[in-house]
Amino acid sequence: MAMFSNFSISQFLNFIPMCGICGCGQPDGKFRITKIGAEHVHENGHSHHEHGHHHHGHGHGHDHDHHHAPHQHAGGKFQPGKTVLQIEQDILGKNNLLAERNRGFFEAKNILALNLVSSPGSGKTALLERTLADLKNEFPCYVIEGDQQTSNDANRIAATGAEVVQINTGKGCHLEADMVHDALKQLKPADNSLLFIENVGNLVCPAMFDLGEGARVVIISVTEGEDKPIKYPDMFHTSQLCIINKIDLLPYVNFNVEKAKEYARRVSHITEFIELSATTGEGMDKWYEWLGKQSSVRSLQSAVYSPQSTVHSPLPIAIGTSPQSAVIGPQPANLAADQI
Amino acid sequence: MHELSIIASIVDIAEAEVKKAGASQVESIELEIGELAGVEWQALDFAWEVGVQHSVLEQAERQVNRIPGQARCAECKSSFLMEQIFDPCPICGSYFNEILSGKELRVKALTVT
Repeated sequence: MAMFSNFSISQFLNFIPMCGICGCGQPDGKFRITKIGAEHVHENGHSHHEHGHHHHGHGHGHDHDHHHAPHQHAGGKFQPGKTVLQIEQDILGKNNLLAERNRGFFEAKNILALNLVSSPGSGKTALLERTLADLKNEFPCYVIEGDQQTSNDANRIAATGAEVVQINTGKGCHLEADMVHDALKQLKPADNSLLFIENVGNLVCPAMFDLGEGARVVIISVTEGEDKPIKYPDMFHTSQLCIINKIDLLPYVNFNVEKAKEYARRVSHITEFIELSATTGEGMDKWYEWLGKQSSVRSLQSAVYSPQSTVHSPLPIAIGTSPQSAVIGPQPANLAADQI
Repeated sequence: MHELSIIASIVDIAEAEVKKAGASQVESIELEIGELAGVEWQALDFAWEVGVQHSVLEQAERQVNRIPGQARCAECKSSFLMEQIFDPCPICGSYFNEILSGKELRVKALTVT
């Protein structure tokens, strides 16, 4: 709330985000944000040549006015009728600024925001369905769904009872920070919550666009090639966690888990791995344990470490082996949720 | 095809700079793009024409300075040219490398008229 309190409603309505288009041959880019279960539909359409001028006064602080007139710019060389402007501007600077703004919002509200990326069909939505079914009674979970078209995934998520906003990118092949920013205004996530941002299924384009997430999670499934990490190195290079999904199918496919990990480690030496099956539930406990470690939400930590917790795996997790559990202790999850 | 998104951001930057300078057109634009920045060169060429249509960049001459990927091996400390993010150190074979350059994605300069 505090993040947006300096905006008036009219500023919100006038706020046209930076271009979200990609891959289309049309002059206008469009993306649509739909809050599932709500009447209101917010649609953003803008021409390429309008945006960029609507951010003044919003505190982005990046529009320095060096260039008052062609002859005055300190870094500019004057030639008759021409001015050379040495601007050295980061091309994705505007997206990165908005991403930082989202990040500040998440930090202020103590929200763990995760950017889930994968190829289409790796099981992002299935993983989310299972995760939400297991965790939603423990603490608030929210989802932003990114797809080119349809609200099918958002409807699947809504069926679990979690609050979800669908972003349809139109022809766009990835989410950008401004789309998430707009979606957050409709989603209004509560403090101390968990936000899953399911990016457009694509292992290439989303890699370049910071959304302000706390961590990026790349998902591959065993029905894909084990060399995905070196075929699409940028995505694996920028992800903190790699989930290998559909391990229940391992007996039927030719996928070498260790080889896949070895490829991923070539591209990134910080990536952690979790092997799981969102269908059978095998390995989901490791995922929840990882979520608990990332989050400073106490109920989440205690939920995943508590022996009484409904989300706790049948496999024993030794209490006291992690710093979180040592601090929080094995409280019942519901009690911890009340204490926030 | 995120290249078209990148071009749209370049157009944004150029439009803003042209307006600030009180100019009307961009005669030439100089970009610095690293080899490891995730830009597909052919896609950039292909998308450029569509992406700059009806903008101040429509007539602009485009110069792209491709910045080679350079990395330093965390094990043996040798520096080397990196063509792909996952290239191993040519001296010791380690994949534990720090990227020094090649991730750039910048508009370096504009000549406006």
